[in-house]
Amino acid sequence: MTAIEVTDLALAYGELKAVDGVSFEVAAGEFFGILGPNGAGKTTTLELIEGLRRPDAGDIRVLGEKPWPRNAGLLPRIGVQLQASSFFERLTAREQIHTFAALYGVGSGPADEWLARVGLVDKADTRVEDLSGGQAQRLSIACALVHDPELVFLDEPTASLDPQARRNLWDLLSGLNDSGRTVVLTTHYMDEAQTLCDRVGIMDHGHLLLLDTPAGLIESHDAATLEDVFLQVTGREYRG
Amino acid sequence: MSAFLSLSGAILKGFVRDRAAVFFAIIFPLMFLVLFGGIFTDRGQSQLDLIQVGDVTLIDQLPAEARAAFEEVFTVEESTDRAAALDEVRQGDADVVVEMRGNELVAHYTRTDQVGAAIVQGTLRSFVDGANVAVSGQPPVFSFSSQAVEDDSLQTIQYVTPGLLGWAVAMSAAFGAAATLNGWRSSKLLRRLQLAPVGTGTLVSARVAVTVGIALAQMAIFLGLGAAAFGLVLTGAWPMAVPLLVVGTLCFMAIGLLSGAVAKTTEGAVNMANFIVLPMAFLSGSFFPLDGAPGWLQAISRLLPLRHLNDGMTDVMVRGEPWSAALLPMGVLAVFAIVVTALAAKLFRWETT
Repeated sequence: MTAIEVTDLALAYGELKAVDGVSFEVAAGEFFGILGPNGAGKTTTLELIEGLRRPDAGDIRVLGEKPWPRNAGLLPRIGVQLQASSFFERLTAREQIHTFAALYGVGSGPADEWLARVGLVDKADTRVEDLSGGQAQRLSIACALVHDPELVFLDEPTASLDPQARRNLWDLLSGLNDSGRTVVLTTHYMDEAQTLCDRVGIMDHGHLLLLDTPAGLIESHDAATLEDVFLQVTGREYRG
Repeated sequence: MSAFLSLSGAILKGFVRDRAAVFFAIIFPLMFLVLFGGIFTDRGQSQLDLIQVGDVTLIDQLPAEARAAFEEVFTVEESTDRAAALDEVRQGDADVVVEMRGNELVAHYTRTDQVGAAIVQGTLRSFVDGANVAVSGQPPVFSFSSQAVEDDSLQTIQYVTPGLLGWAVAMSAAFGAAATLNGWRSSKLLRRLQLAPVGTGTLVSARVAVTVGIALAQMAIFLGLGAAAFGLVLTGAWPMAVPLLVVGTLCFMAIGLLSGAVAKTTEGAVNMANFIVLPMAFLSGSFFPLDGAPGWLQAISRLLPLRHLNDGMTDVMVRGEPWSAALLPMGVLAVFAIVVTALAAKLFRWETT
């Protein structure tokens, strides 16, 4: 079964072609990574799939449905983690996840379970502003999963975390697709993609350049790591 | 819990825990109420401090009734040190020193406080005259009585309460809407909520419900404190101020939304809301009456929604106008709310970039 089906997707901001003829499929239960330098078009691709933007051209099916225009039937089936600070101001970790649970018509039981699963029981009464970066990311992920979605999108969940917090988060992330859930992740970290993802797509300038398993990409490019593959295809030039 | 209740709860907690927001919505306007209500209240002339040096038979032998009247005007203190007593008058610590020289009552006062000086002279002279009449044994031929005419214009507290309440509600409604819209947009919470199965209607009504709730709490606190501490008296149709205030809240939320839609940052949005609301408060008579303002200023004032909110509330809360007096202001505010919301919706962007 296919969780996501994208065909000839295109979106331009004025002159800039942010996404240009992208096609790929993500299977149900797969852990899929979208990689690319800043401005490659990863976030825009994600937003198009989530239904936040209207594509100029192309077709998108998410769990068999069109995400645009806003598809109220699809929303409870997907979970979205945008970035760590997407919280209600001045609520505690527990109040935060309970509020998100209520938005999805979920009781406080699953909310408390998720709080425990991401290891934030000790921080339940701490306001989100006082959580560390890693704790905030874990809460943000818990909020995205509180309604047990079939498909979850994680946009750079480990950005700006220290190595310890990043490894800690990997343990949590790697178990997310165990129960058949599909996970789509964008990241800058090649080691992260290599560890977590079943398949990765590498994007640049709005195009999808490569799509394969991390091991397959390393082999076909005669490289030692995924990072070498990435630098081979996207260049070493600094993008600022 | 329903999405509406849970969102309202989250927004309300966010407000109550924001000390600065609570301060500016409630404490800050109350400071003005205390200032205007307490300091500018029309008090009677305060008592004058009188020091009598040595025996002053005229005062000591006053009959009980006259003595009471005398003590309403003067706080009497006795002293034996004439020089020290005069020094107190010189320093302004006491208002007058009196002593007897034979049958002559001598009063020492300064001319710094002219009203006080006039009262001292007039009152003491009338007591001396009264004593002379009493000594003569003849009943007085003429008598004098005074009757105060109730002032038709409003007492200070009556005037300032509706105006300050209007300003307080305008400020917190506009700031709340501007800060929420911009804060949620820059933290991407707005995006996140767009991806939750919650309609825009639910989101907006939760924010409106909390803001209206805050406005009604402001009203309860203002009226309660005004009545309890400063003698505020509400007139018959005052409950009409409740729906009026609700429509006014919507109008100023719309102004906040417009600021939030135009400005790029939360600080910018709040500053813009402040820039709109504060001058409007001055021009709408929130702080002082505009009766003496020139015609062109009056004309500008009548174009402002806060002027209509203030006028409507003053009419039904303290002027004793019938409930229908609030209808026109409500209509004006509703039109403002609709037009400004439409403008805000047109300028609104989901993201700041």
